[in-house]
Amino acid sequence: MQITLNGHCKEVTDNTTVAELLTSLGLDPTRVAIELNQQVISRERFGDTLINAGDSIEIVQFVGGG
Amino acid sequence: MQRVSTKQSDNVNIYLNEKPQLIGPETTAGEVRDLHKPDADLMICNGFPIPAEQLLQEGDRLVLIRRGEIPPDDELEALLTARHTPGVHAKVKQATIGIAGVGGLGSAVSIALARIGIGRLIIADFDVVEPSNLNRQQFFLDQIGLPKVAALRDNLQRINRAVQVEPINQRLTSENIPALFAEADILVECFDLPDQKAMLTESWRSHYPDRPLVAASGLAGYDSSNSITTRRAGMNFYLVGDLETDARPGRGLMAPRVGIAAHHQANAVMRLILGVDPAGE
Repeated sequence: MQITLNGHCKEVTDNTTVAELLTSLGLDPTRVAIELNQQVISRERFGDTLINAGDSIEIVQFVGGG
Repeated sequence: MQRVSTKQSDNVNIYLNEKPQLIGPETTAGEVRDLHKPDADLMICNGFPIPAEQLLQEGDRLVLIRRGEIPPDDELEALLTARHTPGVHAKVKQATIGIAGVGGLGSAVSIALARIGIGRLIIADFDVVEPSNLNRQQFFLDQIGLPKVAALRDNLQRINRAVQVEPINQRLTSENIPALFAEADILVECFDLPDQKAMLTESWRSHYPDRPLVAASGLAGYDSSNSITTRRAGMNFYLVGDLETDARPGRGLMAPRVGIAAHHQANAVMRLILGVDPAGE
C-alpha cells in the first residue's frame, strides 16, 4: 500500500505498525516524534498503531546537542 | 462654506520615552530635547538614531538618551527598547515563554528574549554550571557550581529587570512538563539528549496541540552556518538546525553554531508572537 512519509510517497506492506515502519527505516523509537494524520502518536502506542493506505505520517528524528 | 480653523489640531502627538506627549507643529527632535532633556546626546526615533534638525511627525516614538547615564526605573524599559522595531515591545511584553533546558541553546534563547523585553520566562533545568559549559553557554566563571536556572535568572535580571523570570530547578519529565509550563504560550525545546528532545515533543504536543513548540536538532561542530534553518515540522511545531549534525566523539558543541541555532529559535518565538510564520519568507 502507498502512504505519504514526510511529504513523499512511500510503498509499505499492508498491516504495518508504526514500530515496524521505524525498524524498516532504521530509526531509534526513543529519538523520534511522530504525527500520523496530524495526530501525535505517543511512544507506548508505536507497537499497536497500524498504518493504513493513504495515511500521512511525519517522522522527526532528533540528534543530540544543545 | 467657510472652513473652521483647525489650528488646534495642527499639534502633533508623539511618544517621548514611551509616554504620550503633545508638541507644536513643525517641531524638531532637537527642540524637544532642549525642552525635556537638554543633556541628551542621542535621539532615537522609531527605532533609529536621528539628527537634531529632523521634524517630528504624528505618532513618532522619540527616545532621548544621555550616554553613560543609568536611567530611572520608570524610563528603563523605554530606553532599553529604543532600537526595537516600533510596536514589537508592546506585543512581546504580553508573552509568557517556557524554556526547557538552559544550556547552550536555552541560555542564549533566554538572553535574546530578555533583551527584547519578553514579559515572562519560565526557565527549567536540573543541572549546575560547570567549566565545560562555558565554551557555549551564557554563564560566567564565577557562577561555576550554581544551579543553572539561578545563575541565568541573575544574568537576565542584570540585562532587563522588567522581565519576570521563574526558575524551576528540577528534571523535566513527560509527566511534569504540562503542569510546569501550563502558563507558557510557546515552549522552546533546548535539551541536549535526543531521547529527551523526543520525550518533550511528545508530551507538549499531545497536551497542548494549539500552542507552538520550537525545537532544535543538528547544531554541533563547525559545518556551514547556512545549513541551519527554521522549518515547519507539523501543526504548531517548528524545528531549527541542520537535522543531522549530532554531538559525538570528535565533533563538539561550540558557541558559534549553537548560538546560531539558539537565535533561530528566539527569532521563531518573536515571529510567532508577532503573528508571522517562523518558517515563511
